[in-house]
Amino acid sequence: MKTLEEINQIRKTKREELDLRVNLDAKTREKHILVCRGTGCTSSHSPKIIETFQRLIKEKELKNVKVIQTGCFGLCAKGPIVIIRPEDTFYALVTPEDCEEIINTHLIEGKLVERLLCKDIDDTVVKRLDELNFYKKQKRIALKNCGIINPEDIDEYIAFDGYKALEKVLKEMTPEEVIKTISESGLRGRGGAGFPTGKKWEFTRIAEGDQKYVVCNADEGDPGAFMDRSILEGDPHCVIEAMMIAGFAVGANKGYIYVRAEYPIAVHRFQIAINQAKDYGILGKNIWNTGFDFDLEIRLGAGAFVCGEETALLESIEGRRGQPRVKPPFPANKGLWGKPTLINNVETYANVTKIILNGAKWYSSIGTEKSKGTKVFALGGNVNNVGLVEVPMGTTLREIVFDIGGGIPNGKGFKAAQTGGPSGGCIPAEHLDTPIDYESLAQIGSMMGSGGLIVMDDTKCMVNLAKFYLGFTVDESCGKCTPCRIGTKRMLEILERITEGKGEEADLYKLEKLALSIKKASVCGLGQTAPNPVLSTLKYFRNEYIAHVRDKKCPSGECKALANITIDSDKCKACGICKKNCPVGAIIGEPKVVHRIDPDICIKCGTCVDKCPFHAISK
Amino acid sequence: MPDKKEINLTIDGTKVTVPEGTTILEAARMVNADIPTLCFLKDINEVGDCRMCIVEVEGRRGFATSCIQKVEEGMIVHTHSKEIMEARKIVLDLILSNHQRDCLTCTRNGNCELQTLAMKFNVMDVEYEGEKNKHKIDDLSPSIVRDFNKCILCRRCIATCKNVQKIGAIDCINRGFESCISTTGDKSLNDVNCTFCGQCIEACPVGALREKDSTEIVWEKLKDENVHIVVQTAPAVRVALGEEFGMPIGTNVQGKMVTALRKLGFDKVFDTNTGADLTIVEEANEFIERFKNKGTLPMITSCSPGWVKYIEMNYPELLDHLSTCKSPHEMFGAILKSYYAEKQGIDSKKIFVVSVMPCIAKKFERQREEMKNDELDNVDAVITTRELARMIKQGGIEFTELEDSEFDSPMGEATGAGAIFGTTGGVMEAALRTAYESLTGEELKKLDFEQVRGKEGIKRATIKIGDIDVKVAVAHGLGNAQTIMEEIKNGKADYQFVEIMACPGGCIMGGGQPIKTAKVRATKDVRKLRADALYTIDEKSKIRKSHENPVIKQLYQEYLVEPGGHKAHELLHTHYVKREKYQ
Repeated sequence: MKTLEEINQIRKTKREELDLRVNLDAKTREKHILVCRGTGCTSSHSPKIIETFQRLIKEKELKNVKVIQTGCFGLCAKGPIVIIRPEDTFYALVTPEDCEEIINTHLIEGKLVERLLCKDIDDTVVKRLDELNFYKKQKRIALKNCGIINPEDIDEYIAFDGYKALEKVLKEMTPEEVIKTISESGLRGRGGAGFPTGKKWEFTRIAEGDQKYVVCNADEGDPGAFMDRSILEGDPHCVIEAMMIAGFAVGANKGYIYVRAEYPIAVHRFQIAINQAKDYGILGKNIWNTGFDFDLEIRLGAGAFVCGEETALLESIEGRRGQPRVKPPFPANKGLWGKPTLINNVETYANVTKIILNGAKWYSSIGTEKSKGTKVFALGGNVNNVGLVEVPMGTTLREIVFDIGGGIPNGKGFKAAQTGGPSGGCIPAEHLDTPIDYESLAQIGSMMGSGGLIVMDDTKCMVNLAKFYLGFTVDESCGKCTPCRIGTKRMLEILERITEGKGEEADLYKLEKLALSIKKASVCGLGQTAPNPVLSTLKYFRNEYIAHVRDKKCPSGECKALANITIDSDKCKACGICKKNCPVGAIIGEPKVVHRIDPDICIKCGTCVDKCPFHAISK
Repeated sequence: MPDKKEINLTIDGTKVTVPEGTTILEAARMVNADIPTLCFLKDINEVGDCRMCIVEVEGRRGFATSCIQKVEEGMIVHTHSKEIMEARKIVLDLILSNHQRDCLTCTRNGNCELQTLAMKFNVMDVEYEGEKNKHKIDDLSPSIVRDFNKCILCRRCIATCKNVQKIGAIDCINRGFESCISTTGDKSLNDVNCTFCGQCIEACPVGALREKDSTEIVWEKLKDENVHIVVQTAPAVRVALGEEFGMPIGTNVQGKMVTALRKLGFDKVFDTNTGADLTIVEEANEFIERFKNKGTLPMITSCSPGWVKYIEMNYPELLDHLSTCKSPHEMFGAILKSYYAEKQGIDSKKIFVVSVMPCIAKKFERQREEMKNDELDNVDAVITTRELARMIKQGGIEFTELEDSEFDSPMGEATGAGAIFGTTGGVMEAALRTAYESLTGEELKKLDFEQVRGKEGIKRATIKIGDIDVKVAVAHGLGNAQTIMEEIKNGKADYQFVEIMACPGGCIMGGGQPIKTAKVRATKDVRKLRADALYTIDEKSKIRKSHENPVIKQLYQEYLVEPGGHKAHELLHTHYVKREKYQ
């Protein structure tokens, strides 16, 4: 147990000690080697890197050098990432074998390990993290501590203003004032729908109930999204603190965080954080003698996408099959076990402490008119800088994809970006300059979603893309309501027909009609948004659909069933390379006789196209 | 209690005022707007899954779910706008696309909520054809056949089993398109904790659940001249059978039923009510014995086979509480193959006893090892009210046009006490009439025990018998049975006599009775209408006490000697076994 005074003392001394983490000119002889222990870098052996550094430091008896595990730095494409503070040297794609050189050259000789420095997209060698274009347009609020602190050490969190917002709320504010601040900040739900957070808190506060709950939705399920995961892995305490503030504001003394079990690191760190907060008396009864009690528990999800839907999540916490409930009543009135319940997503909570400390005005000065603050995106797909980015609302898609993301690899062109995962829509090149916020995305047929942002280059077939997302929703539909259970399946079947060359023009009409009905008639957000990828691709890439159904052609060549691989007899030199490489023996030809392809055997894999030295084979 | 607040709203342009808490669906019905439903089963399954009941509420995003969402002041509702009708038609189309549409060979042909909707929606073609789920038909149990190729996943069966009966034998497994209703470990219903109460069948809007048909064997025996085929009909059958021929709910068709059975070719048509009278005499005697000799109390009735299976699986340690009496039709079967056979000079091996029951658990009970005497089954076939109706139709009999006729003698006479066996509280009331006179030696003046009648799930009463207070409880529906059993298990019950029926409402609402649509169930009190018909039979009966039944008197005189005697024990009593829930 620690008194408030003791915690404030920790904040002071620890902050001085950790000044080198954020200050290039920190007056210290210490060096901190920060190693990313987010999921991406961890799976690329960053634990081994930490182990190696520790062994080397011990062997070489280096004083004043510490190895620190941190959360995600964001530039996952360059992981494992190692950063050395206070000078902020940024080493990319580090392997355990590189550690000795870093120790010898950087820490002992004081020179840079040039070969491990990161090259930016324009080939300039970057020494420091903040010199990277990737970071230049970012603004880190939710991710503020990610990559700076050791997420498994509560003292490091406290050092960077941790639990200061809670102190302010408990000591100086009324629940109404807290909600007023959140409302005025303009913060909206980061889970996807963008409902005003302050309003949600207020509904829960005024709802009648002897017991209320605060729930954190950490059931991030969009393919390719890892925003919430990274926050939990990199800065778990900021979510705990925000949930406590929310509990104080709405009158709840019990919280649950619902995390998918596939996030073992996040679960592990969050549990450590809960334990530490309990040890310090931050979680528990009569916290800091303010009369406020708060208890927090983790509930593991089994990985069903639908459990990210708030009412299905509640069902799952209650121990039932994860299926949504019909709304209204909303959870604010009838939530967990029928009691008023506040549910916010991880990223929403991650903004709360900063708003309390810096004020609503500060927060609302960032972003656009209706969408305030920043948004974290998991940038993936055909983009150079795959990773986690946080940008002010209103940043354009072009800035994210090209300035931050470094553009499309392999010299290919931008075709579209999918925001909102399977619930969102695709945004074509013509809308690259749309400032990203809730309204503008909805206007162009997509949605903010939780923050997955998948970029597609010009070799991608948009019908196939729609089919991919529909396949996902068909798998992930809970099966409760008819439109989603059977309707999405029928949509997928139509898309399958189209990509196999068996579609008809009438299918497009049927598809659209069904999509619109599913959107309106489904019980929950999953079904209501499942048709979006189809509707948006039909809107922006109708030509591709028409090519599939009318001409039985896939313009991008991605749909194998529609591909027609032929050898140009004028260009063919009968070299036999294609024949040698064909995995199914579909190529017929003798030396000096022009080769041809047996379409009955050909599996349209395209190997011959790639292998032909004379570019005689085309799809 | 102050009156509920009134809510004003507009439905399809008509202003309507309804009490607060009314659903949009209920309010719409008040203005004769017929919103279609499929998954909705009032008070039992209110989940909004099927999406047929969607309506438009002005100013609200998306559609509202009218079966569960409540009216709000000033609401403007459109139940049949163009958009709603289109969306509903697509929803229906999707359901049909994954439904095995072999209506012509389905037991529910003509009484299927999905079929009715397809007709109403003028469905000429299924637009969104596609892959259908394929399921193996589960027909391993003696009572229920599950054909999930017809299931529309409304989950009314789940809700009934889980929330009303509190069994939870079935639930949804898998996800999305693969979702289906199944049991623990995806086993046959025969091998899990199902009691065969059949309430799921009553809840099913389509033909996914049905009784195991036994009509074929009955037809076969009817045509076999070497067989003396005897039929007996349970009290609850006569007040429901008429519904299958379009007659109002609660019509007593006893006379027509007897005529129809005779026309079908049964050699003798008897009344299970007579068996019920016999049960009462034995059961009242057993109760008095237990009461006097400080035997295990409370004694619990044993005439509901679903209930018996339930206690065998869930409270085997309390089996001593169960009356050892066989159920009326089994007792009657035993008497038919002994006393009756001897008296008529018929070889008991040639007698084929058919029971027409409102129950599908009776099919299970019939084949229990314990229900045999001299290696002969007491009852050879059980058909439900529904199966009898089908046989009558198949036999080309114009049921509604039939003259009335009487049950056959010598075993045909029954009392009013036997008749009320078919409703909750009836066994208790009949037993009390006999026990009273037996214990006090005085004539019981007021025969109606109102305390044990009615729809209340658990009825508790203290009955004065002479100077003794007898505490009784009556529970119907296995959910309520569970409450009583927990009381007994935890030593919190001081009852001496308990009646339990597996089905909510008793046998009149049994799993073999005519199936009512969700709308009928929501708008009519089916239980009361059928129960009232039984009470009317009782009221109009010349004899209303089982022990005064001359047939029973004669039976004891000539054959059984005395209630609970050696012969009676051999023929009329049984024992129970601890039963594993999962095989």
